[in-house]
Amino acid sequence: MAVQPKVPKGISYPDELSKVDYKPPEKAWMDTPVVLKPNMFCWGNKEKSLKAVDFPNARAWSVADEDWKLPENWKEIFLEGIRERLDKYRTFRLFMDICVRCGACADKCHFFIGGGDPKNMPVLRAELLRSVYRKYFTGSGKALGKLAGARELNIGVLKELWYYAYQCTECRRCSLFCPYGIDTAEVTIIARELLNLLGLNIEWIAGPVANCWRTGNHMGLLPHTLRDTVEMFKADLETITGVKVDYSFNRKGAEILFVNPSGEYFDPNGNITFMGYMLLFHELGLDVTLSTYCSEGGNFGFFTSNEMAKRLHSKVYAEAKRLKVKWILGGECGHMWRVWHQYHNTWFGPVDFLEEPVSPITGTKFENAKSNKVVHICEFTSDLIKHGKIKLDPSRNDNYIVTLHDSCNVSRGMGFFEEPRYIIKNVCNNFYEMPPNTIRENTFCCGSGSGVNASENMELRLRGALPRANALKYVREKFGVNTLANICQIDRAALQTLADYWVPGVAIRGVHELVGNALIMRGEKERTTDLRGEPLLGKEGGENV
Amino acid sequence: MPYLEFEGKQYEVDEEGYLQDWETWQEGMAPVMATQDGITLGGEHWDIIKFLREYFIKFQIAPPIKVLVKEIAKAMGPEKGNTKYLYELYPGGPAKQACRYAGLPKPTGCV
Repeated sequence: MAVQPKVPKGISYPDELSKVDYKPPEKAWMDTPVVLKPNMFCWGNKEKSLKAVDFPNARAWSVADEDWKLPENWKEIFLEGIRERLDKYRTFRLFMDICVRCGACADKCHFFIGGGDPKNMPVLRAELLRSVYRKYFTGSGKALGKLAGARELNIGVLKELWYYAYQCTECRRCSLFCPYGIDTAEVTIIARELLNLLGLNIEWIAGPVANCWRTGNHMGLLPHTLRDTVEMFKADLETITGVKVDYSFNRKGAEILFVNPSGEYFDPNGNITFMGYMLLFHELGLDVTLSTYCSEGGNFGFFTSNEMAKRLHSKVYAEAKRLKVKWILGGECGHMWRVWHQYHNTWFGPVDFLEEPVSPITGTKFENAKSNKVVHICEFTSDLIKHGKIKLDPSRNDNYIVTLHDSCNVSRGMGFFEEPRYIIKNVCNNFYEMPPNTIRENTFCCGSGSGVNASENMELRLRGALPRANALKYVREKFGVNTLANICQIDRAALQTLADYWVPGVAIRGVHELVGNALIMRGEKERTTDLRGEPLLGKEGGENV
Repeated sequence: MPYLEFEGKQYEVDEEGYLQDWETWQEGMAPVMATQDGITLGGEHWDIIKFLREYFIKFQIAPPIKVLVKEIAKAMGPEKGNTKYLYELYPGGPAKQACRYAGLPKPTGCV
């Protein structure tokens, strides 16, 4: 059991990092200038990444440099940006005005809990922008200044806004506790929009956005790369199961278009989740196609601006229309579902050229998908299980003692709690919940969401993951949990590093990896390993035992 | 912007030392970068670097670790086609460190 933590370069040991200093600074927050700490921020965007999507003020700049090479009239641009958005988004105006600073959100943020920086209390993080709003857009702020909580916009303030806009993962745990219903993530979203007017993004977001615009996915995978990768999965699956699975790309007239996060083609944990989908679709004989044009479920545009999110999102429907599919099935992605559930209808309204999704296997009509015609893979699979349409052998997952990390965007963002649990309980024999105040709508963020899953900000990510890790540690010690299941590709990629540091010995798994392990298929050979090629429990000695 | 000094010329690199333009890469740059990390490149290191370059030219992205492991196993045998061996060669991670020596950008996104 005693596995040593993997400590990333330049980071202190867990027992050191977990000693969080909550003592506030001596001076008031406005008189405490921002310090940009290494390991706590991501590299600034490259010039070419913003140019690729025609963003304004694209230039080479570096966060560590004193001079951010801003356009001369940066202040005017920023303030005009605020004015436009106050007119355009009622939410923004409301959230700028109604906070009473009760502090209910203060200790709910994973970054504050794990880092102790008061400017990561959601109320104060939002106040960074509110104070500027008051100064230039309210009578009291103009007249009374600091007394009314208003402050001048200057370069230090701008840098502070940038620093903390990328120290929020837009997970919305704080908003759950706000008695006024302020969605602090929306404040971060607007802050990032405003910063993008000045060419200030991070490369970990701007790069994927540029890639997605050009190639249809964040990774920049070209059609032949996608095909080669899936071909490799197919070969692996044949070795493990003896079954030759079918798949297709860009097949016109297919009933269903499947859209998944492109990280699944690249990240080792994501790879296996994707292989789980492939087995399931093959076994069902599902009339489904992948696309090389729209090969991304996620939307890093959503971490940039509403306009950019719309531009990337529209490609999904353009492709659904071109391929003449009936409806769309979506994979295990987090923020993809937030975009679909909370933004799609406002941006585009109901989709009129697709059909209301009906499972061809069970006949179930997915009433909740009436408007945008997209069904979550976990809804689809749990419906199959409920109707007894797939055969499962949960003992093939007996190496795993599992808990579920509710991915913020899917759980808190759209109230999606039961389906992944129902699936896991049917494909695994050992499932234990983390404490109730850390799951479902109360879930703690992985600490790397909203595009801050880079490596140069590793201390930030580790600190942000501390609350999740504490809950994980609890079930590891109490029940021997060794597997953290989830339904988000940022989780799958990011949480492995974070678990290896805080709770070593826990593996991160997609839910459909577990489904693929348990799925009994027609014509399969006796399985001796899981989809990773690891021996099943009781089959460690190979086939002769 | 930081630079890599090579044969009297400066080449633009990013904050982590990755070459900004993969096409400006020359073989001699890899040992320069490796020396900075205290690594002497041997034939086995070069096998990885060459594979990464070839893969990148074909696919415009570094290979996923699964592909790298498979290809190395195919070319050099199963005792070398595993992540343990790759990490022994490149302690900073085959994806990150070897890509940097090969002059290739590191993949971004949900990875």
